[in-house]
Amino acid sequence: MIALTINGQVQHLDVEPDTPLLWALRDTLKLTGTKYGCGQALCGACTVHVDGEATRSCVLPVSAVVGRKITTIEGLDPTGDHPVQKAWIAHDVPQCGYCQSGQIMSAAALLARNPKPTDADIDSAMAGNICRCGTYNDIRAAIHTAAGHAKKAG
Amino acid sequence: MHHSAMDRRTFLRQSIAAASGLVVALQLPGRSDAAATTAASGTFSPNAFIRIGTDNRVTIVVSMAEMGQGVRTALPMILAEELDADWASVHVEQAPVDAVYNNPLFHMQGTGGSSSVRAFYTPLRTAGAAARAMLVQAAANRWHVSGSDCHTVAGHVIGPKGERLSYGELALDAAQLSPPEQPSLKKASDFRLIGKEVHRTDTVDKVRGKTTFGIDVELPGLLSAVVAHPPSLGATMTSFDATKAKAIKGVRHVVAISAGIAVIADNFHAARKGRDALKVEWDESAGAGLSSDSIRQAMALQLKAGNAMLAKEVGSVSAVAGPRVEAIYSAPYLAHACMEPMNATAHVMADRCEVYAPTQAPGPHRAMVAGMLGMKPEQVSITQTFLGGGFGRRFCPDFIMAAVEASKAVGAPVKVVYTREDDMRAQYYRPGAMVQMSAALASDGKPLSFEARVTAASVARASGMGKPDELDGAAVEGLASWPYATPNLRVDWVEHTQGPGVWFWRSVGSSQNAFFSECFVDEMAHQAGQDPYEYRRGLLAHEPRLLAVLDLAARKAGWGSPLAKGHARGIAVAESFSSYVAEVVEVSLDSDGTPRVHKVVAAVDCGTVVNPGIVRRQVQSAVIFGLSAALSQEITLTAGRIDQGNFDTYPVVRMPQAPVIDVHLVQSTEAPTGIGEPGTPPLAPALANALFALTGQRVRSLPLSVSLTRT
Repeated sequence: MIALTINGQVQHLDVEPDTPLLWALRDTLKLTGTKYGCGQALCGACTVHVDGEATRSCVLPVSAVVGRKITTIEGLDPTGDHPVQKAWIAHDVPQCGYCQSGQIMSAAALLARNPKPTDADIDSAMAGNICRCGTYNDIRAAIHTAAGHAKKAG
Repeated sequence: MHHSAMDRRTFLRQSIAAASGLVVALQLPGRSDAAATTAASGTFSPNAFIRIGTDNRVTIVVSMAEMGQGVRTALPMILAEELDADWASVHVEQAPVDAVYNNPLFHMQGTGGSSSVRAFYTPLRTAGAAARAMLVQAAANRWHVSGSDCHTVAGHVIGPKGERLSYGELALDAAQLSPPEQPSLKKASDFRLIGKEVHRTDTVDKVRGKTTFGIDVELPGLLSAVVAHPPSLGATMTSFDATKAKAIKGVRHVVAISAGIAVIADNFHAARKGRDALKVEWDESAGAGLSSDSIRQAMALQLKAGNAMLAKEVGSVSAVAGPRVEAIYSAPYLAHACMEPMNATAHVMADRCEVYAPTQAPGPHRAMVAGMLGMKPEQVSITQTFLGGGFGRRFCPDFIMAAVEASKAVGAPVKVVYTREDDMRAQYYRPGAMVQMSAALASDGKPLSFEARVTAASVARASGMGKPDELDGAAVEGLASWPYATPNLRVDWVEHTQGPGVWFWRSVGSSQNAFFSECFVDEMAHQAGQDPYEYRRGLLAHEPRLLAVLDLAARKAGWGSPLAKGHARGIAVAESFSSYVAEVVEVSLDSDGTPRVHKVVAAVDCGTVVNPGIVRRQVQSAVIFGLSAALSQEITLTAGRIDQGNFDTYPVVRMPQAPVIDVHLVQSTEAPTGIGEPGTPPLAPALANALFALTGQRVRSLPLSVSLTRT
């Protein structure tokens, strides 16, 4: 048994220590909002927060995250209304939507450390997240919108 | 056993109307009740797209696959428009597999060819209008007035004295009435929903991680499978040793299926470890001699000596004299690389089978599964999940076949998941293609002739839709439709038969052929000493819609106006799926010579626009899709093995490379046409033409990352 802190709760998982966090989330905890895209940290679909940092869960064994705080798309906001999620809704960002959990987790981590990102900041923070539907113009606009919200809220 | 149309209508009315209100099961426009009873012949099929509950909830059934293109918003909007439903009360439901839900353009339940809105526009309007008429009549009966004295607004019927009843209050009464044969449809000027930028119905779940894609399907006792696929073209399994695979904790079964060896386990991680531990001996002799170079050589030879099938001939190209422009172009094989890798879940039981899959074609796929299992189609259910991208790839049934075979072998529900490498190497590619083009120009630069001989594998044949020795229209689309005024024209096709498997890929033949023809017309303009935009203009007087988008794109992009130093523009225009798109690309070169696209201006005429937000985003999506391909994507082979496997070797445009994309829509009341794909074809030629304007170097093969370093 491995104890992990996921979305504020301690979970005891009967998984092999080399199991990638992604598959412990998806197959064991049935938290399927985090997606499998490449298995090599190349596409960002599996992005979660580990101690607040955007992290690719597909190459991260569960043994490496014991004692650390893991947040998934399901736990980003108790009611699913994080400023980034609200901005994504306002801009109708998702098309197929498959990559968007990862995009949102990367964007939320960016805004947490940089409440007013420039376009260059966005380029750099979001470069690891592929969107095959090509929603990049809307993602960029939504991050700027969310940054506005964050400022007002603060 | 097929339900007869009337059986189904009766069944739906009795079971659902009695329980919760009105069900409208309607025929296609112009078809009578009596005709609908002949549905067993497959000629007439009724529709069953609406349920209105006594609680005022309006359920609209969508039978097309939601793969990002917005059908779960646009199709309900069309119906709700004529129904005058309260949009806020509309609930969207995915259809089960049933012939009543067939795509009217394809006569099968399948999504592709940018067809959903154009195929369902009239049937869904008619369905909504008929339901509205029945609700109005129900209200008129209650008030003892004429239906013509009533009107509807936002889910209510309003009477002549201002009486007001909600659709829910009228649902049970309306269910007793017969649908009108030919309900009248609204004038476009009366539209309240169509043309409005309504928010998508699927956004909220998608931003909360709650949408169920195929890969998210969960069933009691569900096992996960990863398949060891043949490593090269035509490879056959000689033997396998499962000892080490079975030693992995969680691995339950190792079974041979048609696609390879399936390792079936408690979870994906164990299945994948088991698959990697599997020892398989493959005979790879079949593909050993095949490489990208050998394919290119074969194609070059076919252009010279192949057996060509005529696609289009006007006048005679042979006797034309004049200065010539001649060129050979090529385009590579391409993978779809949907973000959600191929997967499917199946549960084969003694007397039935349940499939859950992100499929574009549940109708044909159900028939196929039934055939595999020796079952009747109605013993097989397919639950169509959301699709994490499609782009044509999920019309192919390979992933469903694998799940069905694996489940049948072990007697348990099994989800087969392709790893990214499995997905990319599965060999359902946009065909590689090579073309030889030639044009003779008059003294004023105008074309006297245009000839194109293209060689590419047949997607129609690969998909089982084409007949041998018959022209595959997809192989020449975008070339045979050469739009420029040219008195002598000849386009033909040599079928290419070697190489990896091919399949439909976003915009199909136009994805490569528009690159060929729109770069070549740029070469003709250059030879004629004319501006490439003005040159096209002068040859498109007979193509007003094409000309209009060309002009609109040029105007919005400021064609001819000064640009920053080191920047240049290129233009291209193409018709595909009955829509017209022109794009202007602005490009510069980074210090290492990599092209950087700063801005893409697109002008689009897709007829009536149902939802401008969705249309604009589909064009942006298609531009990025085309840009990824043009910049750096290609599938290559070495000794029969596919060289690419993941996003490191098959790059996709990322945020820092994504240009600003401005989309301008032509106001139109013409019938709606395709939008999922038509934004892709003009991108590559507009970009290559911009690079020519910038550097004077003509790029005649893709991707640019290869062709720019090669020369």
